[in-house]
Amino acid sequence: MISPLERKERRQRFWGLLPAIAIIGIFMVIPMGIVALYSFLEADSTGGVESQFSLDAYQQFLFELDLDDSLIFNPGYLRIFGRSFWLAFVCTVLCLIIGFPVAYYMSRQPTNRKNILVMLVTIPFWTNLLIRTYCWILLLRDNGLFNNFLLATGIIKEPIQVLYTPTAVLIGLVYTFLPFMILPMYSTLEKLDNKLLEAAHDLYANRRQLLRRVVIPLAMPGIVAGCILVFIPALGAFLAPDLLGGGKNLMIGSLIQLQFSSSRNWPFGSAASLILLITVMVALIIYSRTPSGKSGKGLF
Amino acid sequence: MPNAIDVVSVSKTFPVEKGVLTALDSVSLSINNNEFFTLLGPSGCGKTTLLRLIAGFEYPSSGNISLFGAPIQDLPPHKRPVNTVFQQYALFPHMTVAENVGFGMEMLGKDKSERDKTVLEMLELVKMSEYARRKPTQLSGGQQQRIALARALAPKPKVLLLDEPLSALDLKLRQAMRSELKTLQRETGITFIFVTHDQEEALTMSDRIAVMSQGKVQQIDTPIEIYENPVNRFVADFIGETNILESTVTLAQGSHLQCSLGLGLIEVESKELHREGQSIHLSLRPEKIRLLPVGENGNLSGEILEATYIGTDTTYKVKTGNLLLDARDPNALSGSSRFRPGDKVMLSIAPNTAKVLHD
Repeated sequence: MISPLERKERRQRFWGLLPAIAIIGIFMVIPMGIVALYSFLEADSTGGVESQFSLDAYQQFLFELDLDDSLIFNPGYLRIFGRSFWLAFVCTVLCLIIGFPVAYYMSRQPTNRKNILVMLVTIPFWTNLLIRTYCWILLLRDNGLFNNFLLATGIIKEPIQVLYTPTAVLIGLVYTFLPFMILPMYSTLEKLDNKLLEAAHDLYANRRQLLRRVVIPLAMPGIVAGCILVFIPALGAFLAPDLLGGGKNLMIGSLIQLQFSSSRNWPFGSAASLILLITVMVALIIYSRTPSGKSGKGLF
Repeated sequence: MPNAIDVVSVSKTFPVEKGVLTALDSVSLSINNNEFFTLLGPSGCGKTTLLRLIAGFEYPSSGNISLFGAPIQDLPPHKRPVNTVFQQYALFPHMTVAENVGFGMEMLGKDKSERDKTVLEMLELVKMSEYARRKPTQLSGGQQQRIALARALAPKPKVLLLDEPLSALDLKLRQAMRSELKTLQRETGITFIFVTHDQEEALTMSDRIAVMSQGKVQQIDTPIEIYENPVNRFVADFIGETNILESTVTLAQGSHLQCSLGLGLIEVESKELHREGQSIHLSLRPEKIRLLPVGENGNLSGEILEATYIGTDTTYKVKTGNLLLDARDPNALSGSSRFRPGDKVMLSIAPNTAKVLHD
């Protein structure tokens, strides 16, 4: 039996949740449904879709048609997937290595300095990402700031070709997503009681032991959140790969973007999106079932 | 054997917005081996700062600290063989009780079998053996307190530092833990340095007490001496209840003084020399004043203004002349308060029960 009071409480809870449910319903579930639907349709000649069920889009992901209409395996798109996962993974690791000391340092500052530092971390968000990515072209190109500096100081004789290489893409990705790693880690580290650090110190832990046995385990929820917030968007990023990779090293994000813009193959773009989505979801579900995922709390 | 701890003219200042804050002002004290030593004082008196300097969480601005004769003031906390029991326990929430207790020995590189043996011993010592596998969050405050103790004792520190460890417990538990702590100290033979603002805690547990105020040590002595013979007004006022009285010396014979008080005279001893007619301050504990019915022999006559029954005793406000005194009278025999407001009484104050306060 549900008591009247309990029923009232549930009703109130429903009204409280309604705005969030409405926004997720309208702006996420419906567009996703459309994407899922389009992936099973055929592209028409004008760039739209024909309402006819087809698995062509998914077939195209793995195979291409030979001249005699037989299917031959085409690893091209899989390679793009693989490259994207690898770049997103390396980007996450670099963000973690760079971001952790920053977040830890920030969290141990006095309150007013903390607030200033958090603001500094968010400053990049004040400018459009497209513009900031273009700036990296100016910095990285052969006669850009870095090369000119290195040439002028005599460290190198020839300009180093960085722009339009995977390295440039990686630099762009790390630059773009670093704040998303720092902020969640900072918020868990900030709650870390200084007394715990003192207790560990007092019990003969040196700096490294303190970090390994106390700080990192307690910061784990933030580290996991940061990794997820970096890895997933990095996987789908298209600005950095496009502008800094010069379109030579396509990533999934650019591939999907191309299908909806210049290639005008919406079903294939939708199918690629869905494959990416499912891969990521499966990975997260597997992670959440592992012991470290369970202790991470708050993912599922 | 050298002293467990020697603090020699240690000062500690903290930069604040305007200038500096002097937390400790040239403090010197020595703590004997196997002693239960208490740093007692109101908040902001510097007692916690001194403890943190001994633990190594802060470094002195000047002065020296040595542990059994060896200077330690420049060593980081993990290189000092002293351990701390924190006020809010600071147990590692991601580790089990056993892992918490074994942490210190693990960091010292002790092998697992030795560690496990000591962890069991320590949990036995604090009567928490059956909780070894629990996480700290699954324990009550009192239980966490015991684990914090076990964790700090496990690496066998030369000195154990306790930072107001009982302040977060409720009254009954606090009283029970007092005697347990004292027993623990005797059994382990480890020097305890205990920080508290609770004078009752200090009096019941300590071998010696250092009363601190405004970054300075006011008096270091046994609980009895601190209570019976406070050196100054601060100590007299802070420890227990007392009447601080202004009085005039009417007769001075060496260390023996006769002073006027309200409507009578009392006799006191003083280490300092005083002139007749000189004004002095006296501390007189309420329970040292014996209240007698009119007609019996006393030194002062007075009138009861207020009577408050508080169970074991009754506290009175007694007016004598233009002086208001707090007095305390046991209910043990009468079973109720012996006097009522308005009653005329005689006050009997034995020689040398009022203490002369210097400054």
